Order: sequence, then C-alpha cells, then structure tokens
Amino acid sequence: MISIDNLSKQYGSTTVVDRVSLDIERNSITVIVGTSGSGKSTLLRMINRLVEPSSGRVLIDGNDTAGEPAHLLRRRIGYAIQGNGLFPHRTVAENIATVPRLLGWDDTRLRARVLQLLTVFQLDPAEFAGKFPHQLSGGQQQRVGVARALAAEPAVLLMDEPFGALDPIIRAKAQDDLLDIQRRFATTIVLVTHDMDEAFRLGSRVAVMSRGRVLQYDRPAVLITRPADPFVSQMTGLADRAMRLLSLTTAGEAVIPGAAGGPVIAASASLRDALSELVWRGAESVAVVDADGAPLGRLTVAAILAHGRPG
Amino acid sequence: MSRAATVLRLAALALLVTFLLTPASFAPLFAPLTQYGAPPIYDQGNLLTLALAQIATVCCATAASAVVAVGLGILVTRASGAQFLPLSRTLVNIGQTFPPVAVLAIAVPLVGFGLKPTLIALFCYGLLPIFENTISGLHGCPPAVIEAASGMGMSPTQRLLGVELPLAMPLILEGIRLSLVINVGTAAIGSTVGAKGLGEVIIAGLLSNNTAFILQGGLVTGLMAILLYEAMAAVERRLFRPALIE
Repeated sequence: MISIDNLSKQYGSTTVVDRVSLDIERNSITVIVGTSGSGKSTLLRMINRLVEPSSGRVLIDGNDTAGEPAHLLRRRIGYAIQGNGLFPHRTVAENIATVPRLLGWDDTRLRARVLQLLTVFQLDPAEFAGKFPHQLSGGQQQRVGVARALAAEPAVLLMDEPFGALDPIIRAKAQDDLLDIQRRFATTIVLVTHDMDEAFRLGSRVAVMSRGRVLQYDRPAVLITRPADPFVSQMTGLADRAMRLLSLTTAGEAVIPGAAGGPVIAASASLRDALSELVWRGAESVAVVDADGAPLGRLTVAAILAHGRPG
Repeated sequence: MSRAATVLRLAALALLVTFLLTPASFAPLFAPLTQYGAPPIYDQGNLLTLALAQIATVCCATAASAVVAVGLGILVTRASGAQFLPLSRTLVNIGQTFPPVAVLAIAVPLVGFGLKPTLIALFCYGLLPIFENTISGLHGCPPAVIEAASGMGMSPTQRLLGVELPLAMPLILEGIRLSLVINVGTAAIGSTVGAKGLGEVIIAGLLSNNTAFILQGGLVTGLMAILLYEAMAAVERRLFRPALIE
C-alpha cells in the first residue's frame, strides 16, 4: 500500500537517505530500525513530506504523494512522535480533535470519535477529556498523542520513536496496546525506533538502516537466521540470537500433540517464556492451554530448542 | 496573590479616583508645599481630563507599537523572514535607545506641534519590549509541539494562529504591559510640545516654582502606571491560569 521508490535526501553534499526502496504491506506494522544518524527518521518524515525528498517517489495506494499540498496529505496520515508534542494550551479532548477539526467534521461525529478514542485508550472521558496535558502522567500523554494521531481514522500511522520517553514497564504496556490498536483499527503503521527489542516485538517486517541505506528488509526471524550484512547481525545481536528467535514464536504456533502434566503455559506466550518456565521448574514438558484454559497440546524442551535454530 | 497586596491595590485605585474627581479636597495636604499663597491644587485645567488624555495617548501609541512589533516578530521568526532579524533588531533597538525627547525634537519640524510628535516618540520607545518578547515567545514554543502541528496537517497560518501565537501570548502580553507602563511615565514629556497630559501640571509647577503641582503631576502619573500594570497582570493571570501552570 505504501511504495517507497528510490527515495533519497541530500542536505548539501551529505546524503542522509540513499536510494531507499521499500514496499510496506497494508494492515501491518513495519518497523524501521537503525542507530542515530542512520536516516530512519528522515525516511519516515519523507512519507508525510515533513521532509521533501531530493529524488524518488512515495506512492500511497498507487498515488504519488507529491501530487497534493503537503498539509492536506498529512491530514490523511496519522503522526505520533517522541515526547508526543501535545498542545499544552488545549485540553485532552481538543488535542484529540485536532485533525478532525481541520477536516471540518461536524460536532456530533467529532464528539463521538473523541469519546471512542478516550475509551479505547483507557482514559475515562469524564476524568480526562477536560484535563490539560501537563496534568497527565507520561504514559497518559503518550496515549493521548497516539489517540490524536488516529483521530481522523487515517489508513496510515507514522510513529517516530513513540515510546522513547517512557520507562520500561509503561513502554511494554504501550507496545502491547499498540498491537491491539493496530488490529482493532486495521491501520498500516510505520514505526521508527533504535531499539531492536521493540522492532522485533512490534514489527511484522523490519527494515534495518545504516548510513542512509536499508541493509535488509524482512521478517524478524529472517533477519536473525539469514542476516544480509554484518551490521544486521550486530544490530540483532549474535550472542542471544537463539533466544531472540524463540521469542518470535508463540507456544500456540509450536505446540505438538499430546498431554502433559506439571507446568501450564498460555498459547500466546513466546517459546522463550515457555523455555524459561521449563528451566525454572526443572520439567521436561509443559502443557499449552488457550485463552479459556482449554488444553491445546504440549511442548517439550527438544521441541522448543528446535525452533531456536536456523532453517 | 496575597490578600494584603489586593487591599493595597484597591486602596491605590481609590486614592487615584478620589483625587482625580475631587482634587480640591486634597488642598490642605498640598498647601504646605506652596509659597506666597500659590494655589495648592492645579487650577489651569481639569486633572481628570488630563489624566484620561494621557492614558488615551499612551494606549494609542502602544497599540500601534504592538501591531508593528508583533508583526515584525512574527515575520523574523518565519523561515522566509529570518534574514531580517538583525536589521529589525537594530531598528527596534534604536527606537529604544534614542531618547524620546530627541524624537520629539526631530518630529516637531516634520509633523508640527501637538499629539502627533508625542505619538511618534512613544511608538518608537514602546517597540523593543514587545518585539523582543514576541521573538522569545515564538522561539520558546517546544519543537515537538511545532513538529506535531505540522505533522497533523496544519497549514503554516493555522499553526501560527492556533499554536504558536497562543503559546507565545503570555510573553507577548508581558511585553505590551512593560511597554505600556514605560510609556505612561514617558508620555508626560509630550506636554513640552503641546500634547494634552499630566506633563502640563509638572511643567506649570516648574515654571511657577510650585512643588505641589510637580508632585501632583508626578504622583498621578506614577499611580496610573502602577495600576495599569497590575490591571493587565490580573487580566493575563485570568486568561492563562489553566494552561500554563507547570
């Protein structure tokens, strides 16, 4: 749905983004990961033309984004950034209503949408709608920032290090929430981060950038098992690559038939968690159950370890 | 805001109003300052009229300063106008450093005696605080907020009117307030070129060696400046109380 075609950005003689081409799938989370100065934010900001490309094109649903005024384009694309950039002089509800107002939504529709988003983001409308951003905690501000970005029901949401300012526990919660939100609204999300764990956790596809170039763009498991470049293995980490690989597969995906006594693990847990549970309990096999507690089968140490090897 | 301060402000206001409405009732107070039976209270014109004329002059001049200084401040903080920042700053600085008396001396031959040269002098003198505060206010907007505004799809004008100016407004108003107060005091010199104002009272006092007149002109001017400052500050507090308490 988003087609990035040979996109480059130069500032003077410095090339920040160098002939990048990516096809971003509809209704998925694509993560662009890289060190600082890798050009990942610039690449993201060229999608909504906060940065104008020096050459190349961005197509959304086949339409060249250069074909309309930048500010009109941006109203159709959600944008959430680190530190959230909430308007300090506007209430939470007014912040969320920003883009729908720019688009001229009528009041009834606007109010309904603000209420819906506040509820989805677990912010009680009665309590939070009239508050000002500085009265919220960091995690709440971040949620309002994402709610604001989603307010006008954009098909595409761009996120630039959206969780960078959060502490680890709130960040993990925010990441889970984002996965839920993505499924719920069927949004196409492009997210930039420097955190490989975040990239693996969220991304159905991950692009690794360095010095303005995309070194590899693939599913997380492929980045680990078949890195295209030494820098990619360096980013994904060689020492714990087996464990990372295990964390990408859920117990439900790897379950084998049969019954097991002893420890029980949810189908949604990763194999890494399942292995950890087995090691901790000193058991050889674990029973896998679905969300309702019904048994699905079992996992053995050998079955889990088989998933931690390439091929 | 403490209670005592409020009481003090109201007392000052009451004093000013009473004096301007019934100056004669203060005659015994000022009588010891006069010699040879000179009148203790200014009697060559109505003090209230003079005070109001001075306020009107200052408000006109400051309004013009505000429009120009805020406009200039906006211009030089846009990417397209940034190159004019040094030039604008120099011009505005000259307006402040050039003594208003000298401006009067230059302006009178050009526009004649009366209100006009005074307005020109006050206008020039009032630019700097408003201009500098406008720039600080606009530059002080958090970059993430500006970025978000653009990223949401606000046009440059929408961003300016909806985000940047509201965020800069407390500082801009502070600049206007400073400028207003400075000019209430400075406006007295307008009387030397025939503008109506309390300077008349002071000049009459100087000419006739009447300390009571000088004191009256000075005190009324000073009280007006202080009260105007406090009134504007109160309005600003009311306007920005909810959003900007960090």
